Amino acid sequence: MDFKFTIWILILPTLVFLFTGLLGKKMPAKISGWIGTASMATAMLLAYKTAYEYFFQVGFVDGIRPTIFAYKEVWMKFTDTLVFDMGILIDPISVLMLVVVTTVSFLVHLYSIGYMHGDQGYYKFFSFLSLFSVSMLALVVATNIFQIYFFWELVGVSSYLLIGFYYDKPSAVSAAKKAFIVTRFADLGFLIGILLLSFHAGTFDFMTLVSEDGPLLAQTAPPVFMGLSIFGVALSLIFVGGAGKSAMFPLHIWLPDAMEGPTPVSALIHAATMVVAGVYLVARLFPAFQGVDGGAVLHLVAWTGAISSLFAAIIAMTQDDIKRVLAYSTMSQIGYMMLALGVSGMEGHHGLGYMASMFHLFTHAMFKALLFLGAGSVIHAVHSNLMKDMGGLRKYMPITHITFLIACLAISGVPPFSGFFSKDEILAAAFEQNKILFAIEYAVAGLTAFYMFRIYFGIFWGKETVYKHTPHESPLTMSLPLLILAIATVFIGFIPFGHFVTADRALYDIHIDPMMAGASVGVGLIGILVAYILYKKESTLADGVSEMFGQGYTWAKDKFYMDEVYQFFAHKMMFAGVAAPVAWIDKNIVDGFMNGIGWITETFSMMLEDWQSGRVRQYAFSFILGLLVIIFAVLYLNGIIDFKG
Amino acid sequence: MIEGIGVFDVLAVSTIIFFVGLFGFVTRKNMISLLISIELMLNSVALNFVVFNKFLYPGNIQGYIFTLFLIAVAAAEVALAIAIIISFYRMDNSIDADEMDSLSG
Repeated sequence: MDFKFTIWILILPTLVFLFTGLLGKKMPAKISGWIGTASMATAMLLAYKTAYEYFFQVGFVDGIRPTIFAYKEVWMKFTDTLVFDMGILIDPISVLMLVVVTTVSFLVHLYSIGYMHGDQGYYKFFSFLSLFSVSMLALVVATNIFQIYFFWELVGVSSYLLIGFYYDKPSAVSAAKKAFIVTRFADLGFLIGILLLSFHAGTFDFMTLVSEDGPLLAQTAPPVFMGLSIFGVALSLIFVGGAGKSAMFPLHIWLPDAMEGPTPVSALIHAATMVVAGVYLVARLFPAFQGVDGGAVLHLVAWTGAISSLFAAIIAMTQDDIKRVLAYSTMSQIGYMMLALGVSGMEGHHGLGYMASMFHLFTHAMFKALLFLGAGSVIHAVHSNLMKDMGGLRKYMPITHITFLIACLAISGVPPFSGFFSKDEILAAAFEQNKILFAIEYAVAGLTAFYMFRIYFGIFWGKETVYKHTPHESPLTMSLPLLILAIATVFIGFIPFGHFVTADRALYDIHIDPMMAGASVGVGLIGILVAYILYKKESTLADGVSEMFGQGYTWAKDKFYMDEVYQFFAHKMMFAGVAAPVAWIDKNIVDGFMNGIGWITETFSMMLEDWQSGRVRQYAFSFILGLLVIIFAVLYLNGIIDFKG
Repeated sequence: MIEGIGVFDVLAVSTIIFFVGLFGFVTRKNMISLLISIELMLNSVALNFVVFNKFLYPGNIQGYIFTLFLIAVAAAEVALAIAIIISFYRMDNSIDADEMDSLSG
């Protein structure tokens, strides 16, 4: 089993990207869409083949799932140990991600054929989608931290292109820039982390970094900063990069704005794939996170996740733009995954958090993509993002309604939908490690159910809105992905996930604790019930409740002024304190120096200008005069003549 | 060669011719005069070649050969200069060297 065929998962989208990008303009628009979809379908089947062969044919070696290098080619060699490879690494989490990314990407491609119908940049959209898919796929199969960084940035670029797809809309352009700059800023931390880690550990390779006798885990380095060793500092910085991509507090501000992009893009990038790259990165380096400095960095991961998930859930309850609610909900759910990693250990039952995190990543990718695609279907029908323009849509869009409901139930943790299983495991893992973190996540589970059903009732029930054009169900290319994802959402929760992905890669059987399950379902149902009372029918109840919270409600609605805080730091402090003086120095001192040189040369040459009259006799005269001076000087210096007489 | 004329006599003549040419070059404005002055200077140099070859290296002929080259080059140069002067005259209706400054910076 050498998995040589996996390279085609990467090659196919690359070819499609080049083909549609270069030639798409000359072809009928439909073709680029179908080519992209077909190539992604092939890649998806190859990913399934990989998963089947890896999980069922390779199976366990000495009781654990092995790591297989399908390809590993040296690209740059810095020293004997510090080598930058390009390759394909096959292990449980990379196979999991291959399956998730190709599946969601395929469905989004299919959906976009209908959704982007008649758009000016149709071929360009599919070209960018392919570019994104290949970057993300190459990221998840990276064999070393440098390769992951390489494709990490490429993912950032393609995300920028897709968010700013409607480039004639100023808000889309600024959202794209914001997403790129904020994540790029976080990646600065990532890069410094990589440099520190590779300098002190002497390797980029994941296998060496996380191995028991590797440089990170075998040695104990002295503390250098706030009780962390140099490896701890490096891992914290790497986590900053991951937090930026995964929109963790306080680097989340780009995610809600990124909803300016077309809705299929939000489903692919900002729900299922790119935003979980940070979780994937922590999972990839998990043994290192867990082992270095006694897991101190993992506490940072856990608390960041918990704070982000609570913060996002509170904001999500107050937003009116349905895509923004989903964006904050994504942030909140990724917070869950981070937290689960943060409270996880390595062996057997202690590794529950890791398994739960990956499980939640898997289920969340499906139901969140479904939510986004459903929201896209609604937006497509009513031409608005705002909840106030919607209501009573269940009659017009039955398929969207049912699938959206399934996804809402899944995210609220109602059995037997997939979200219940993964969220339950996360709560169980948190409960065993840290009661405070558990309390936060338990509350967030209730809030999640509330805000999801708030938009569900707002869209499909609520007031009877009078529409200018009667909304109608979306075409088959759009409703088919919804149905497929809905089926997946119903059934994937029953996968015995512990048999496939665990922290120590050994077999683990999930036990559902009835107490825990009952408690988490209970809080979810309470959230749904509150939403039902407030939003099922048009009433003033909801406004009354928001009145009750007074100032708190306004704060949450204004996203706790995080944008303003950034604005303050960026404008008032960075611009006024750093950028303005630097600009002054540049304009006056650096440019002044250069201009001064130019001015001196110019003035001096003006003085000499008269000498160059163009009159040949004058030149001859000067020449002779000069010659005479030289002759006399030479004669005098050689003592042949003497002016003293 | 006439008896009694030594190297210094010939050099004196060539020096006088050279400085006459130089003086003419600096003082005259007429381009034909300038051309004549240049020819004078060139010929004084040619005379030097001949006299040095005869008195210093009697067995050799390089000096003579070089003089022949010089004459040929001088002839070509005159042809060129006359052509330039004529075209300048056609353009500006003048052959005053001081008016010929349209190429100055």
